[in-house]
Amino acid sequence: MPIRTEPVTINIGPQHPSTHGVLRLRVTFDGEVIVDVEPIFGYLHRGSEKLAEERNYVQVLTLTDRLDYVASMTNNQAYCLAVEKLMGVEVPERAQYLRVMTAELQRMASHLVAAGFLLQDLGALATPLMYCFRFREKILDLFEMLCGARITVSYMRPGGVFADAPEDFWPALDRLMGEAPELLGELEQLLMENEIVLVRTKNVGVLPLDTAIAYSISGPVLRASGLPWDWRKADPYDVYDRMQFDIPIGDRGDNYDRFRVRIEEVKQSMRIVSQCIEQMPPGPIRTELPFVLRPPAGAEAYGRVEAPKGELGFYMVSDGSIAPYRCKIRSPSLINLTVLKELLVGWKLADMIVTLGSIDINMGEVDR
Amino acid sequence: MTRAFQGEELARFIQRRFPDAELEWDGDSLWIEPQRVREVARFLKEEPQLEFNFLNAVSAVDYIEYFEVLYHLTSFEHNHSAVVKTRVYGRENPSVPSVVEVWPGADFQEREVWDLMGVAFEGHPNLKRIMLWEGFPGHPLRRDFEDVIEY
Amino acid sequence: MVPFLQDNVIYRGVYCWLGGNEGNAQWCGGDGLLPGGYEWVAYFVAGLTIMLILVNGALLGAAVFVWAERRLLARFQARRGPNRWGPWGILQPIADLVKLLIKEDIIPTAADRIAFTLVPIIMLMSLLLSLAVLPFARNTYLANLNIGVLYIVAVSSMTTIAIFMAGWASANKFAMFGAMRGVTMLISYEIPLILSLVGVVLIAGSMSLVSVVEAQYLPFILVQPLGALVFMLGISAELNRTPFDILEAESEIVAGYHTEYSGIKFALIQAAEMAGVLAASGFLATLFLGGWSGPFLSTQLGALWFLMKLSFFVFLFIWIRATFPRLRIDQIMAFAWKFLLPLAMINFLATAVQVYFFGFYHGDVPGEITRNEQWVMAAINVPLAVASIVAFGHFAREGIRVPAVRLESIVPIPRVAEVD
Repeated sequence: MPIRTEPVTINIGPQHPSTHGVLRLRVTFDGEVIVDVEPIFGYLHRGSEKLAEERNYVQVLTLTDRLDYVASMTNNQAYCLAVEKLMGVEVPERAQYLRVMTAELQRMASHLVAAGFLLQDLGALATPLMYCFRFREKILDLFEMLCGARITVSYMRPGGVFADAPEDFWPALDRLMGEAPELLGELEQLLMENEIVLVRTKNVGVLPLDTAIAYSISGPVLRASGLPWDWRKADPYDVYDRMQFDIPIGDRGDNYDRFRVRIEEVKQSMRIVSQCIEQMPPGPIRTELPFVLRPPAGAEAYGRVEAPKGELGFYMVSDGSIAPYRCKIRSPSLINLTVLKELLVGWKLADMIVTLGSIDINMGEVDR
Repeated sequence: MTRAFQGEELARFIQRRFPDAELEWDGDSLWIEPQRVREVARFLKEEPQLEFNFLNAVSAVDYIEYFEVLYHLTSFEHNHSAVVKTRVYGRENPSVPSVVEVWPGADFQEREVWDLMGVAFEGHPNLKRIMLWEGFPGHPLRRDFEDVIEY
Repeated sequence: MVPFLQDNVIYRGVYCWLGGNEGNAQWCGGDGLLPGGYEWVAYFVAGLTIMLILVNGALLGAAVFVWAERRLLARFQARRGPNRWGPWGILQPIADLVKLLIKEDIIPTAADRIAFTLVPIIMLMSLLLSLAVLPFARNTYLANLNIGVLYIVAVSSMTTIAIFMAGWASANKFAMFGAMRGVTMLISYEIPLILSLVGVVLIAGSMSLVSVVEAQYLPFILVQPLGALVFMLGISAELNRTPFDILEAESEIVAGYHTEYSGIKFALIQAAEMAGVLAASGFLATLFLGGWSGPFLSTQLGALWFLMKLSFFVFLFIWIRATFPRLRIDQIMAFAWKFLLPLAMINFLATAVQVYFFGFYHGDVPGEITRNEQWVMAAINVPLAVASIVAFGHFAREGIRVPAVRLESIVPIPRVAEVD
């Protein structure tokens, strides 16, 4: 007698320990195996793009902090680049260096969060997460010294940065750069060759390169699939063209590669930060701009950065008033999620969580 | 450095393939007719000298008399980029052919444009609201949207 | 009167204090409080005392374990851990318990009320029952069953039933997922677990845990290294500890089979799990580390030795929990069938041959393995263990890695309308 089995549909989220925010996945299972996935979002939709149309150009900056709240420095940077393109403003050199330095510190922090939560999703009870957060905490302390905030920094402004680094910032940064290799080394020692991490992540959630490109995947996920494409190299902004760094790539595009690429990028970011410290020129930190910005009517600009999650772009249109006419946000997290169904169907429930963790989404950015 | 294609340059490529296309260009942007979007998109992706294999973003701007839908494109092979735009007139049910077949990455972006701006995409496999719930009145990113919900 | 009870220190103390040398108890050496003819009261009170000590000891031990685990995990994770309530936060479990007690005890509408309510009881009961045969010190136990090892295995596998009841009665898909995973895993791990104990029983010549302790001239972890390893891994799967905690994997299925439990029911399930670790450590210490016997003063300090050995294993469990991520279900199954089962079989066969040989050699009753013979066995079994772990580890690694392939044959099922 054949046993009649039925697929089971489960709502993973919006309240679930490992959906990284209020993401809801309607998943159909055949036993443990996934046969269908449908991501449903909008639970954190705040209408940032609409809000931006009602605020002046500096006020919009605070909205960008709240997009990817794990990496607000790079959000600021993308927005400022777009506005500067719109206005045709040059940024002083010191400000550019400060921007690159803080952005790389932020990238380290964001990748550490991603790596920590990936291992949390693998079931490692908080230990790797705490190791990552211990490191990230020190970076956030530096941000606090710079601008008084840890998460929603609003440090960069159109035309430069908000303030120069205080006197005691530099020794603190040197101290961090001194202990960073050790902190990262401990984490690597704990995890990179752990047999369970290897069997759980290698060859799981494989994303072939052509699929990745077709689905507009960007950032570490794209690089893990094997394409050395990084906007910092391909289209250098600020002073990235003066920095020496490598682009780590993976060879299979599986979860382990995505995890490893992030860890390697943390090391590259450390290199960039130390170069910034060496080359940091004296000078002004901000171009003098009017209090209320009025870009020329009809101007439009697309400013993008290589954010920790991928390509973050701001498409701005001005109508000559003090508020943007249109502020479109190209958020890497949302677009990286497009490939989710391709990635997940056929794998098991446990793999789904890990794959989702390895894409590293942030719901603040997905829903905006 | 990523080379930004000038609209005129790109227009010459397209005119060679589609001689009857109505094109307009200004600086680095190029306007095409809305009904031609999908075939031009396929051409841009497949033409060996262009090879725009990466769709950065699909955006839409409401200019009151028309909607402008933009495609930011990048080629990883040649490291160049382009902006292709199209104008859709009419506020009732503007619609543009979907490019999901050409770049599957347009899926959620087109849904988002439909949800927030109200520009429909013909041929999209799953065109429904993405951020807001089904039955939400209107499309909030339009300039004439008024909040109808009473709190 | 059950004969072995007179050896039991607690029983003997209480019984003699109350009943004295009345009736057929000739070993008290004095009169008790009760008049003649009431020995059955003394008998009853003595039994009840032991049970009270055991149950409360187990639950208190669970509370201490909760505290120790949280403190230690915090240390592993570069945190401080609970440190507010009482010295070093030692009263934290009590605060937790009070919080859970005053929480609303929710039973879902769709739940099967009876089965749902029975689950914590069965879980805790199976645990407490298994503690009955554990010798805590010389002559200190509730019962010296001559089938002690079998009894442990039988009683502790009742947890599986409780887990399935929880999953089914909750009427929750996550709970059902957890329960199905749990049953699959626990049944698979029973087999290597039981096989690993056969070697111990063969050497001791008895299933009674008291005899097992007495037979350990040197700790069985040396004589039975493979058995100890398989038992340790198997029992940590039975306990749902990392890396085998798939049935309550919080990052995947929320809380697994106890997703719907709250308040006191949740507290009881947690207590059962925590005390389960203590019991498992106790069995490990008894079966493989010599139980209450120590290098010196084992008669007087038996309880202390036992506690030290138990703490060692408890620490090991916490350490593993703090370090390892969890495996996937198919990898866990592959681990049981492709790695643990062959090892258990090797151990069983090698021990059987050795015991037969030594029994034949000195022409004595089989089972009387002397100290020197145990040394010889250890000398044989330790290299054997290393060799077979290396060999099977190699195979098992391949075997566990292979199932990480995508199931291409799965086609998306269109979302169907309601089945009639």
